[in-house]
Amino acid sequence: MTENDTKALVPKGKQEVVSKAEQTKDGLVFTPDVDILESDREITLLADMPGVQSQDLKVDLCNGVLTLAGDVAPWEGPDEKDILIEYEVGRFYRQFSISETIDQDRIDAQLSDGVLRLTLPKVESAIPRKIPVAAG
Amino acid sequence: MLTRRFFDTPAWDFDVTKPFAEIERLRQRMDRLFDEWMPSTWKAGRTMGVFPLANLTEDRESYLLRAEIPGVKAEDLDIQATANSVSISGERHIPQEEENVSYHRREREGGRFSRAVALSGEIDPDRVDAKLEHGVLTLRLPKTEASKAKQISVMSTQS
Repeated sequence: MTENDTKALVPKGKQEVVSKAEQTKDGLVFTPDVDILESDREITLLADMPGVQSQDLKVDLCNGVLTLAGDVAPWEGPDEKDILIEYEVGRFYRQFSISETIDQDRIDAQLSDGVLRLTLPKVESAIPRKIPVAAG
Repeated sequence: MLTRRFFDTPAWDFDVTKPFAEIERLRQRMDRLFDEWMPSTWKAGRTMGVFPLANLTEDRESYLLRAEIPGVKAEDLDIQATANSVSISGERHIPQEEENVSYHRREREGGRFSRAVALSGEIDPDRVDAKLEHGVLTLRLPKTEASKAKQISVMSTQS
């Protein structure tokens, strides 16, 4: 556990997507919070997408653009009355441009507790190698 | 042929007997437009500034409290209910990644949280049901018989 883990959390409002491309479906669209980390062998992306089920999540890597899109089912029952509404629910959508060369066949996506963990392994040729320098 | 009308405006259908009906319709449409275009953060504006943000609704049988807490495990949650309030506390852990990684983005945050919500009616704390699915916590708080809304039947004296 890091020190970071014990501080008190403050709520962040969900960020609505401001996109030039119009959405084809109506409803709200939000930007998921992400962590992106890179090691020598792979890029890992963690995204908070609460309410998204694995069958409603689309992950797509095409021409160096990684797209995450997750649909969230409506949460409210038909005869429920609102008392206090602090957050809205909608699709999650975010795109990243990936400059590294990714081995498309070995991309792994796991969704647990509303967090997507996406592992993007680099292709062998993109993994940095130490070149031994011969003293001559 | 694909036609596209502005705000689904029907063709002019002025009714002489209801001169203000068209204006009323226009007003309703403006309201709807304003509702749709308003940023959701305005609509969901009455936040308490406490994590997690929660939505409280009710139906005839119970109150429903929902909160988005992605990445929180059920065992890290502590939920307490009394007859007229419920509190949620816990901790969100962001697992430590391996040593030699560099972060490009770090938007997700971990930490402790604690939140209490007061309810306007009485609930039965023994029958509270908590579910954590896909990072969304749903609490069903059944109302007591006394706090349920009753349907009042109206007797007619005329036969």
